[in-house]
Amino acid sequence: MNEATRLVELIPRLRRYARALVGDRATADDLVQDTLERAWAKLHLYRRGTDLRAWLFTVMHNVHVNRVRASRVTDTLEDEMPELAQRASQGDALLVRDLDRAIGRLPAEQRAVLLLVTLEEMSYEEVARTLGIPIGTVMSRLSRARDKLRAMMLGQPTTAKLKLVK
Amino acid sequence: MSDPLVTEADLQAYVDGKLPDERRAAVTAWLAAHPEDAERIESYRQLAEELRTSYEGVLAEPVPERLERMLRAGRARRAALVAGWVAVGVVLGAIAGWQLRGTPATTGPAADAAAAMAHRAVVAHATYSPEVRHPVEVGADQEAHLVAWLSKRLGTQLRAPKLEGVGYSLVGGRLLPGEKGPVAHFMYQCNRGTRVTLYVRSDMAPNRSTAFRYAREGTVGVFYWVDSKVGYAVSSADISKEDLLNVANAAYQQLNPP
Repeated sequence: MNEATRLVELIPRLRRYARALVGDRATADDLVQDTLERAWAKLHLYRRGTDLRAWLFTVMHNVHVNRVRASRVTDTLEDEMPELAQRASQGDALLVRDLDRAIGRLPAEQRAVLLLVTLEEMSYEEVARTLGIPIGTVMSRLSRARDKLRAMMLGQPTTAKLKLVK
Repeated sequence: MSDPLVTEADLQAYVDGKLPDERRAAVTAWLAAHPEDAERIESYRQLAEELRTSYEGVLAEPVPERLERMLRAGRARRAALVAGWVAVGVVLGAIAGWQLRGTPATTGPAADAAAAMAHRAVVAHATYSPEVRHPVEVGADQEAHLVAWLSKRLGTQLRAPKLEGVGYSLVGGRLLPGEKGPVAHFMYQCNRGTRVTLYVRSDMAPNRSTAFRYAREGTVGVFYWVDSKVGYAVSSADISKEDLLNVANAAYQQLNPP
């Protein structure tokens, strides 16, 4: 099976991850399209026999980071301070019961880790490789993401008792 | 959490079903003794389940045609390529895919701008590569100065790729006037005297990256691509498309890591 066929097969998974990452459908599909274009242009850099899915998600991560960076030119607060931006429009009520919106309010780097672990069910090592971060960082971001998500779903402020992570 | 035997990472792994068997007993015992953690971990597990359920539907949605078009075109084309030329096949397949795509990326402003850049690169190549006495302004003996100078003028950190691996060494470079601003021009030469030039401009429209493409004008062949705001073109006359691809590929890999 050649890579083009395998890329086609991975599109639904890219779309799922993108949808959870950016929220709305059109933006998510734009992200998928940019990712596929970049992957297609850089396919010769993919080493055969290695994990194409992890490579593709790395490409998507890079494309996403570039897109966010580019959009900061017009909206410098976006992504860096999602909580503050949301809070301003909602007063002090941090009750967000809707899971999708709660995920959208996680800091971007925590959201990526949580989604790769939960939706893609990647191993922690795969997540570390995909995002280019140490495995300890994967674990601490995962822990913080879950803590925040749970607090948002319960309508409580996040617990301050962050525990030591190996 | 005073028991050093069970870490937060263990608890996360427990949520994800990734806990090694030998850790299971310790974690189970910990949770039995710490109801607050047990409750927290259970809610993490439920949230993970909800998250998967919430997005499961996306997997079953029909994929928009625009997302598959490029890959399907590329696949049909590549099936016909002779095995062995793996790198060549991939890149040619990519080119074929892009040419067949028929969407704004090949016909729109980004493609037009890239093609216009390639044309200028060809003209620059044809102008400077035959020069015997003054092929460059700054020679390779002052490479660090050359790169720093051109980087400063173009307002972005440039690199002169190392092409010794494919038989070409740096002769030097010069600053050129481009369409809208300064352009960097690097010249390479192989031991038979054949020259290849790398044309770099940093003022392309942002977020309009294009794939690797090939064009030919007269005797000069050119591979070109745009990565974010930086456009690159690798030109040469007198060498085959495959040999030029080999050189362009080496440059591309160094200049555009995935």
